[in-house]
Amino acid sequence: MFNQLIKAFKSKNDRTIAQEIGFTIIKICIFIVILSLGILLLYIFMKGFRVVNLDFITQTPRDGMVKGGIFPAILGTFLLSLGALIFALPTGVLTAVWLTEYATSQKFVRIVRIGINSLAGVPSIVFGLFGLMFFVKYMQFGVCLLSGSLVLGILILPTIIGASEEALLTVPKAFKEASLSLGATRWETMYKIILPNSVSGILTGIILSVGRAAGETAPILMTAATFYTTRLPNSLFSKVMALPYHIYALMTEGSKSGQTEIAYGTALVLLILVLVINGLAIYIRIKSRRARKW
Amino acid sequence: MSINKGMRKNFIERILPITASVSLIFLLGIAFTLVTTSLPVFKTVSLQGFLFGSEWIPTAEKPSLGIWSLMVASFYVTFGAILFAIPLGLGSAVYIAEIATPKVKEVIKPIMEILAGIPSVVFGFFGIVFVAPIVQKVFHLDTGLCGFTAAIILGLMAIPTVASISEDAISAISKDLRNASYALGANRWETIVKAIMPAAKTGIFTSIILGVSRALGETMTVLMVAGGAVKIPTGLFVPMRPMTAAIAGEMGETVIGSPHYHALFAMGLVLFIINIIFNLIADHFQKGKRNV
Repeated sequence: MFNQLIKAFKSKNDRTIAQEIGFTIIKICIFIVILSLGILLLYIFMKGFRVVNLDFITQTPRDGMVKGGIFPAILGTFLLSLGALIFALPTGVLTAVWLTEYATSQKFVRIVRIGINSLAGVPSIVFGLFGLMFFVKYMQFGVCLLSGSLVLGILILPTIIGASEEALLTVPKAFKEASLSLGATRWETMYKIILPNSVSGILTGIILSVGRAAGETAPILMTAATFYTTRLPNSLFSKVMALPYHIYALMTEGSKSGQTEIAYGTALVLLILVLVINGLAIYIRIKSRRARKW
Repeated sequence: MSINKGMRKNFIERILPITASVSLIFLLGIAFTLVTTSLPVFKTVSLQGFLFGSEWIPTAEKPSLGIWSLMVASFYVTFGAILFAIPLGLGSAVYIAEIATPKVKEVIKPIMEILAGIPSVVFGFFGIVFVAPIVQKVFHLDTGLCGFTAAIILGLMAIPTVASISEDAISAISKDLRNASYALGANRWETIVKAIMPAAKTGIFTSIILGVSRALGETMTVLMVAGGAVKIPTGLFVPMRPMTAAIAGEMGETVIGSPHYHALFAMGLVLFIINIIFNLIADHFQKGKRNV
């Protein structure tokens, strides 16, 4: 990192020295960022590995949370993410289809876009407040899987719309024109040509948003999550345990020694889950970019 | 007939405008819910007393519901966070866009995405178990759970936002500008600082606004790390309770329909309005960029 800087000083050219100092500072910046991420991952991996084993991910908690596993939390997070996706996937993709192919009024498009962008910027705790008031209280779903899934679904909607729109726009215009000139309708063109050709991009967006939904805590704090339940969820109206909430609760509720250890394990499981999900998305994107023939 | 076939819309095509409105409907629904649930708080406290009152004693028999100390705490941690995120995020953006070779870029961009994908509760947990003890030792504090620790972690979380949007802006600058600068005899660094950065300034500004909005709205990290003390913070190194932490932390203990309950929603409304304003500003700048 500093070799070039030393070389620059030897050449005694002020402008070259300035350039090398600048580049060194920039390199230090990116180095700090990567180092911080590295320390975080390494620390949680090292501490968590002592706790995580097969029993930890397949068993229910025992002895007031300090023994046993976190299976109900894993299941809860899976169900919440799935529920969010069931709501957000069709809504998001159809919105993107409308925005890219069907919208005629520019004014309406602009308003819808401002709506989507603003929704993306709403703090996650505000989603929680809305869910509490609307789904839990007004619709009388109660604190449950359904309320939590719907809140998370609204939260990831902008991500899915954005990724789908981008994917739909990468399909060359010539594909669409060729299809239309062969007598296909607009919908047939969309359904049989444009959507299949953008599926990997849409998939990337879906996977990333599942990762986001799985890791969110604030929205489910008041709408779905519970620290401890003896039963596994058996309906949409069950309270659920969830990995991110479990970490928070272990660190803030109760004061048994051993809770922090379980939290390390839970954080590792959540981290691996999110890393695998994100890695998968990145892999699919790179793969599909290389495979693209146009 | 064949023309008709092309014009006639099927069921899905008919409902497309409705599905497209869903985001908008929910945005308005959120706004409506926040406003209607907030309003009853003003039976207990005036608007001025709510925003600028310095006492937050929501559970007393005669509750004091001034959120000034919580707003100041939010401001402190957000400001601290952005002090970390601007240089590091912008530096990363310049590195990725201008200095890294394509091979290095292919490694670093996914690293940024991984950083962006780490759940906030994991950041908060890391803050409690790793960062806070170090901060406590280095600065000789009574507790490491304070505004400064929260600011470090929030800054780290805002870096991917600042970096990715700035990088897009820098990469979008045309080659002509770069070549013109080189032709005038500028070296790479002078080109970056004097030609490219000024040309990308709206994009960079947008990235900072969105970074601020991300840090301001972040909940779990500040709830776990900022310390939670309810008084007007005297500096960054004391425990404090930002607005998001107050909502998340106190909602579970409050009685539904009490002034405290409505006050927490009103606080949510304040956050919502600030974030919408930030997003509209960012949106405005991005629109301006598209028209150029």
